[in-house]
Amino acid sequence: MSKSLGKNLKSTKDSAVLVAEDITVAFGGFIAVKGMNLKLLEHDLHFLIGPNGAGKTTMLDVICGKTKPLSGSVKMADGADLTRLREHQIVRKGVGRKFQAPSIFAGLTVQENLTLAAETRRSPLQAIGIRRYGKMSAAMERITLQIGLQDRVETRAGALSHGEKQWLEIGMLLLQEPRVLLLDEPAAGMTDEETHKTGRLLQEIARERSVVVVEHDMEFVREFAAKVTVMHEGKLLKEGTMAEVQADPKVAEVYLGKRRDDHAVAATN
Amino acid sequence: MSALLKTGSLKMRIIWAVVLIMMCLAPLISTEFRLSLLAKFLALAILAIGLDLIWGYGGVLSLGHGVFFGLGGYAMAMYLKLQASGSTLPDFMGWSGLSGLPWFWEPFRSFPVALLLGIALPALLAFALGWFTFRNRITGVYFTILTQALVLITVTLFVGKQEWMGGTNGITGYNSIFGFTLHSAGTTIALYYITLAVLVIAYVLCRRMVNSRFGQVLEAARDGENRVRFLGYDPAGYKTLAFAFSGALAGIAGMLFVLQVGIISPSMMGIVPSIEMVLWVALGGRGTLIGAVIGAVVLNAAKTGISEAYPEGWLFVIGGLFVTVVLFMPNGIVGVYRHVVRLLKRRGERAHVQVTREKPEVY
Repeated sequence: MSKSLGKNLKSTKDSAVLVAEDITVAFGGFIAVKGMNLKLLEHDLHFLIGPNGAGKTTMLDVICGKTKPLSGSVKMADGADLTRLREHQIVRKGVGRKFQAPSIFAGLTVQENLTLAAETRRSPLQAIGIRRYGKMSAAMERITLQIGLQDRVETRAGALSHGEKQWLEIGMLLLQEPRVLLLDEPAAGMTDEETHKTGRLLQEIARERSVVVVEHDMEFVREFAAKVTVMHEGKLLKEGTMAEVQADPKVAEVYLGKRRDDHAVAATN
Repeated sequence: MSALLKTGSLKMRIIWAVVLIMMCLAPLISTEFRLSLLAKFLALAILAIGLDLIWGYGGVLSLGHGVFFGLGGYAMAMYLKLQASGSTLPDFMGWSGLSGLPWFWEPFRSFPVALLLGIALPALLAFALGWFTFRNRITGVYFTILTQALVLITVTLFVGKQEWMGGTNGITGYNSIFGFTLHSAGTTIALYYITLAVLVIAYVLCRRMVNSRFGQVLEAARDGENRVRFLGYDPAGYKTLAFAFSGALAGIAGMLFVLQVGIISPSMMGIVPSIEMVLWVALGGRGTLIGAVIGAVVLNAAKTGISEAYPEGWLFVIGGLFVTVVLFMPNGIVGVYRHVVRLLKRRGERAHVQVTREKPEVY
């Protein structure tokens, strides 16, 4: 599938790789997302911001299949509707998801974690015939360099620092060659230096893929975002560059009016 | 994990060879009665290995393996009963007023078919149960409760359908296979070797599965099912396959058991035996495969010994053991052995850094 998809997308730089239309999600009686539209472009670093409870993470959950929407569709460029697929099938369609807390296999080494991610023969019957301990492939070498873990290949993943765990997980996702990468607050809990490193890593990744980041840290957004979508109470409030978003009075009201103490205040000044 | 029990090292290879040779020589030094008992324990060890695969590696606790064991046992018993009855109806059917053989008994006239069904029926049942539960994300204690329900349903069915399955008495009253008397010296020895061979094959197969990518994903799914899912694997498929394989091994164990014991009844597939099976693995040390074998043999030997002396005592012993294992030896006999070896090693070379297993990160 990736071949035909690749041809279609290479033609124009701005072509959409994924389009979510009219997404509505309800948890019990609570409407978390209401009629939300989101279009992800090829080679984009797209930030999703908004106050707590705006439905940002829920949108990521819908795209990756963790949450099924009440209505709406999530279409890939080849026309496949992701809302009809199960999580592992969506992954195979080229959508990678990183959750907020690092979720790597702590008992396995960095290399083993990467091996599991890099494997393309993923059915149980195929897996019986594959040896457990594979070698480092060229792609794995490249990725470990990119995420800066080239010297920690033999380390048990549980012994890595918080930042390193996050990078390992990003590396695992990259090994799957996703077209779309969804990340939920990848820099949360990181030191300033680690945060900066993460931002540069994301920029690098966005040169080849569509990257969507949910983020609260406005400094981070301002520094790295190519495009920003602001959500509020489950709806789209404003979309554009960081400068456009900051200049919008509605956005200012949402941030200033509701959460005066939020560090997001800084973003709107 | 500790390399102490890896088959790779020379020391372990030697230990394995010695154990296997001793097992092969057992018929020379053992009485026929003891040999037959040992063969029975080895048959049960086959089941224990399968249980360890799904529980120790897959993290799925089944309290329903008695059913898979029973299905294998009944398949073999039905074949033997038909052979013993010749052209007449099996005796218990006559007592229950049945005048003709139920249709589903017919296939069991043929040994190859009975053998195949003894493996396929439990495997398919396990596959079906696994498919519907794992796919719907039913895990943990809820799955365990479902397996208990399966036991209850099956036992009730087998007890209730006396005319079909012999009711509470089960199926007994046969004593030969292919013209060989089951309890003759020659047959006992042959059965012992067959059981030993099947056990070794089952062990090697499970070891290979565990050492393959399959085992790695199974363990990874145990520790972080969602991450596995978002790496593009379908954990339900892995668990279902492991559970079906585990069910097949239990069926094989049941067939060998019937050949050695000469009877299968609902009480052998009920709730208590199903729980006992889990205890074999827990006592031996789960997630090790070899621990399952040790646990099955040790506990069943103890059961035989204690039941001979104090028939009522066994249930107290097993209850006490369960508490002891859970509280004091979570990794079973193998865990204690590894701990002791590690202590001795550390005393020898204090410079070595001890590697402790951390809790897996789950979200």
